[in-house]
Amino acid sequence: MIRLFERWALDPALVVAVLLLTVFGIAMIYSAGVVEVPNPVTQYAWVRQSAWLIIALMAFSVAARVPLRWIEWVAVPAYVVSLVLLAATLVIGSGAGTASGVESWINLGPLHFQPSEVAKIATILTLARLLGQRDRPLSSLRDIVAPASIVGAPLVLIMLQPDLGTALAFIGILFAVLYWAGTPVALLALLASPGLGLILSFDTLIWSGYILCVVVFLYAYRYRLFFFESVAVLLANFAAGTIARPLWSSLASYQQNRILVYLDPGVDPRGAGYQIIQSMVAIGSGGLRGKGFTAGTQKRLDFLPEQHTDFIFSVVGEELGFLGTVLAILAFAYVLARLVVMAQRAEDPFAGLVLLGIFGAWLVHIFVNVGMTVGLVPITGIPLPFVSYGGTFLLMSWVAVALAVRVAHEGVQ
Amino acid sequence: MKVYHPHARRTRAQGALIILSVFIALLVGAFFRIQILRSSTWTLRADSNRLRQLPVTAPRGTIKDRNGEVMADNVPGYAITLLPGPPDSLRATLERMSRYVELSPERVVELLEEFRRYGREVVVDTDADFEVVSVLEERRSEFPDIHIEMRPRRRYLAGPAAAHVLGYVGEITQGELDSEAFRDSRYEPGMSVGKTGIERQYEQRLQGRRGLKYVEVDARGRIVGDFTGVTERPSVPGGDLQLNLDLELQRWIHRIFPDSMAGAVVALDPADGGVLALYSAPSFDPNDFVGGIESELWTRLNTDQRKPLFDRGVLGLYPPASTWKLAAAGIALDLGVVSPDDFMPDPCTGAWAYGNTVKHCWNRSGHGYNNLAQAIGNSCDIYFYQLGLRIGLDRMLDRSTDIGFSRRCGVDLPQESRGQFPAEREYWNRVWGYSPREGEVLNLAIGQGPNSQTPLKMAQFYVALARDGSAPPPMLARDVELGEGWSLHLEPKHLEALREGLRRVTAPGGTAHFGGTLEYWEVVGKTGTGQNPLSLQGLAEDHAWFAGMAGPFGEAPEIVVVAIVEFGSSGSAVAAPIVSKTADFYLRKKHGIPIDTIQTLGEHLRTVGWPVWYRERFRTVQ
Repeated sequence: MIRLFERWALDPALVVAVLLLTVFGIAMIYSAGVVEVPNPVTQYAWVRQSAWLIIALMAFSVAARVPLRWIEWVAVPAYVVSLVLLAATLVIGSGAGTASGVESWINLGPLHFQPSEVAKIATILTLARLLGQRDRPLSSLRDIVAPASIVGAPLVLIMLQPDLGTALAFIGILFAVLYWAGTPVALLALLASPGLGLILSFDTLIWSGYILCVVVFLYAYRYRLFFFESVAVLLANFAAGTIARPLWSSLASYQQNRILVYLDPGVDPRGAGYQIIQSMVAIGSGGLRGKGFTAGTQKRLDFLPEQHTDFIFSVVGEELGFLGTVLAILAFAYVLARLVVMAQRAEDPFAGLVLLGIFGAWLVHIFVNVGMTVGLVPITGIPLPFVSYGGTFLLMSWVAVALAVRVAHEGVQ
Repeated sequence: MKVYHPHARRTRAQGALIILSVFIALLVGAFFRIQILRSSTWTLRADSNRLRQLPVTAPRGTIKDRNGEVMADNVPGYAITLLPGPPDSLRATLERMSRYVELSPERVVELLEEFRRYGREVVVDTDADFEVVSVLEERRSEFPDIHIEMRPRRRYLAGPAAAHVLGYVGEITQGELDSEAFRDSRYEPGMSVGKTGIERQYEQRLQGRRGLKYVEVDARGRIVGDFTGVTERPSVPGGDLQLNLDLELQRWIHRIFPDSMAGAVVALDPADGGVLALYSAPSFDPNDFVGGIESELWTRLNTDQRKPLFDRGVLGLYPPASTWKLAAAGIALDLGVVSPDDFMPDPCTGAWAYGNTVKHCWNRSGHGYNNLAQAIGNSCDIYFYQLGLRIGLDRMLDRSTDIGFSRRCGVDLPQESRGQFPAEREYWNRVWGYSPREGEVLNLAIGQGPNSQTPLKMAQFYVALARDGSAPPPMLARDVELGEGWSLHLEPKHLEALREGLRRVTAPGGTAHFGGTLEYWEVVGKTGTGQNPLSLQGLAEDHAWFAGMAGPFGEAPEIVVVAIVEFGSSGSAVAAPIVSKTADFYLRKKHGIPIDTIQTLGEHLRTVGWPVWYRERFRTVQ
């Protein structure tokens, strides 16, 4: 029996952990539906999520049987198709459910799905395919142009939707895969520097100090970089500082609000700050032990926003307390650590890169989603893998699990 | 393949795990901070988020009559309360509500002002109809932040029969909240308080103390249910009050008082001065005032020529007319200027010359020679003119004021008119601009002139006559300390002479024989025909007075009743039957004799002819 399960799961440790998280998620979705003024949609969300779990498990069974080489082969076509779909969403896309402001969904009869979920996996595979063929580490910015472009294409399309949360996941993928491909950390830091410069440019003095630091860093690192690369990094930083303000004004007002509220939730307690304040009230009032499963008052009385999707972790915090949140975070940590361990064991570069790509995507999802419920990061509409309600997201997460266990299984041999 | 060498992979995997650990540590740290270190702050926030404090109205004390019968109590009513919120949404809610609840634009502005001022829930309607409540409940989702509360509603079982004396309750006004009388911490906006009458007088006692309860609301402010966790303060009901009033007697008076007439009836218990009945006509229904009176009705009551809201019994000032002759007689006896058996030098011939004017008696055919009792019995004006002259104007003014005809009775009501009687000659100068001549005393002696008394004051005076010349203040509440009473300083033989006069009024041949004579009880009293500005111009009839007392034959009077019927023309024909019938009802009930609707001799004569009891009692007359 255990043998049978092992043969089915390929990596029982990861699959059991993920399965437990999914079941835990269904329980929390059930609890999120237990409110004073029941809503038929959220009340039975857990039933639909359970049905999706069954579909996801079937998809897992199939996907986990696909040979690694086939996966490698399908990467590029899948990437191209997903880019087409992403472009299509900009024309025919629609908002759905709580994310109604973001046109990231495509409707196919009764099914609607987010091409960005497919794109995420396709991008990981394509990146892994590209970098897996290299036998030298990426050592210069020029080496990074190709992988960055592969991520950049879907990233731009997703930013146009605009879906900041998913875009962040792509950045997570890029950095994780580059890291596994042997890119020096210093180079990654240089790559990230324009992003940091963008954020810091809001205060001229801080930004000037930051630019100084970059210059010093480039000087210290001069023997490992081409001169034009140093200039490019510096220029990128200057550019980021310059476009910061126009970029800020080009953001939708709800996006601006989210950032302002992140800095100070009290700015707009009835509007944008409402979600974060209510979420923190729920989690904080949960205390050490929580208010008990289904007994969260903030949740029950509908104070929590989007409590069965993006803010499901607020329900965890309120009802299960600090003990529950730490256990859940550790479960996620275990899943992520398991991916790293599997990558370490994989001889095949493609396998390791796929595993780290999934690691990068999930790390962003988990950190941003959980972090926003306590005000650690700004609110972005990004779901929590396996726990948040959402059928296609669950399905694609399980497909990712299937790919992970498959490539790890074959990559070791 | 240096990049993917196992050693390189291990190093990078360790790096990845370190990065992972940093992220996880950040998350756990953030949760530790908020769930462990700051938990109590957030718990407080969660409670204030979802709990709203709401007042629980305390039931008002019950008012009972002397027999323990309930005159005013509470029935369940519905109050519609609106929870606080942003002004715009409050305005929108109120405007939506105005489709179902009567809410004028002015009222909406007023309520918003109240929100702004107190920043707490406000009562939109203290007394909503069940239909309105059902409509609102059906549209609960449209009105998420209203709270419908069962709240005791005042009910006046006596209705119009005891409207003026009991008064009514209404929502406390801003002016009242700011005033000294409502300084008490119990008083808060939206409460019902006594506005007039007993309700106002004993407000402090009848008012209970509001309780508090907590309700749980959801994110949209909808009330989800009562919350029975933290400190809840139960309401304390108001104290009960027992009155000296007799509810059935009030109802009886309301029934017998002529519908089209205005006036008042006051019944006092001579034993202790307790007010048995205090009725003013025309009346109104105090139940209309509970929870706010409709503006249309309010306008109608206020513009009605007959002034239904005016409590004639304690506020109405009327020339006491002949009912006051007893006071003049008392003063004369006390001064020793007349003795009970003396005749006046001039007999009554229907007219009498004083100086160069001729004064008439009401009876133009005259009464001849009268002693004091006869003069009272005939209400002979000529006799009393001469009596007045003997007293003299100065002494008349002094003594009347001394006795207390310009004082209040001290009844336990929030308002009472002071009797008006000039204290000195200066009065004429001040009011009319001339020095009074001695002849002014003539009018004063027959209860006319600048002399105005309330029906209650006259009743108190007759209580003094019924007793030993002193009268306690008329009290409505049973168990309250009596204030200073009233004393006429009359010798018993003088009192007896006055009572003899009163007996003659209702004796065969007396002015009120037909209207006053009853089967079981001896009724004695005095009629009065009060000239008033309108009647002097011939535009209306005189006011009809009768002040009397009644009890079993040969025993002390058990009830004193005064009735005035405005423009009633005849004290004997209009006011006297009201007094007799009032006394009859009370005494029959007290002595266990069934009530008969045909009571006075006059009524018997109009319906069935001479009654048997009359023939037996007055054999000599027939």
